[in-house]
Amino acid sequence: MFEIGLTHYLVVATLLFVMGIYVMMTKRNAIGILIGVEMVLNGANINLVAFNRYNGMSGIDGQITSLFVIVLAAAEAALAVAICMNFYKNLNTVDVDHGDTLAG
Amino acid sequence: MTLRLNQLMVFATPIIIATLVVIAPVQAADTELPQSEQGLTLSDQGIQKSADGGMLEALMFYICAAVVLGSGLAICLSKNIVRMAVYLFGTLASVALMYFLLLANFIGVIQLIVYAGGTLILLIFGVMLTSKSPWAKFDVKRNEMIAAGVICALFAGMLLMVVVNAEWPLETDAVVVGSSMTQFGSALLTDYLVPFEAMSVLLLVVMIGAAYMARQE
Repeated sequence: MFEIGLTHYLVVATLLFVMGIYVMMTKRNAIGILIGVEMVLNGANINLVAFNRYNGMSGIDGQITSLFVIVLAAAEAALAVAICMNFYKNLNTVDVDHGDTLAG
Repeated sequence: MTLRLNQLMVFATPIIIATLVVIAPVQAADTELPQSEQGLTLSDQGIQKSADGGMLEALMFYICAAVVLGSGLAICLSKNIVRMAVYLFGTLASVALMYFLLLANFIGVIQLIVYAGGTLILLIFGVMLTSKSPWAKFDVKRNEMIAAGVICALFAGMLLMVVVNAEWPLETDAVVVGSSMTQFGSALLTDYLVPFEAMSVLLLVVMIGAAYMARQE
């Protein structure tokens, strides 16, 4: 129990990932969905760093990959917030259920 | 009831994080500093796994995991977008502490700077700019919540079953050497040069695109 291994981190990462998916499914606010995406990316990142740590720490490939994931998440958040602002300017709300003008 | 629980978590999270920050140097001081084969001390980049340090590591891991999962659950249950952003800070900060526990110091620092310092502020600005009132609520139907909960519970069960039962072919070493900034610098400029350059072009494109899309007419 007091010996923390790879599985402990993987379980936490899994639960964070699934909670992020739940947030993405249930929130109707576009920013809320973005928060869910950030949680999913963090869960994946914990996996990468934990595998890097418990593989004898022979390289830093996992950490480099997680660095790229963090950079991509920041870029994605910036673009998504810009899209949300456009959405709000056009529809006067960020409720994603109202973004159905292209539907027939 | 839920309101009180929310407020309790908001106050408890920084206290727990502050406690962990105080404990961390003690943990580092407890562990012996091994001599590497080249005769260099690993004081600044490595720790040896010792029997007495394992307990404190376990304690810190469980506190971190509790804050990560507690804030995550609070994000799931909260209806208020500003509160969700605050709970997201709890999750991101505890994940950064987990990176420190995993000896990924640089990633932990980057997580705090980029996520907690940049992305979260961006999200909060997005909330403020895109709602008539920042306390606006979007009600979700109970059916949708139940369906999403069932799907996610099944998915979580499946993933946990795989993760717990799988046997990972891992190398195990007694001495674990942490990563250093030097390794990052040389890796980014040799093995990962192409992704690194692609990332810089991507950041430029994103900067121009975000400024273009968010412009005023």
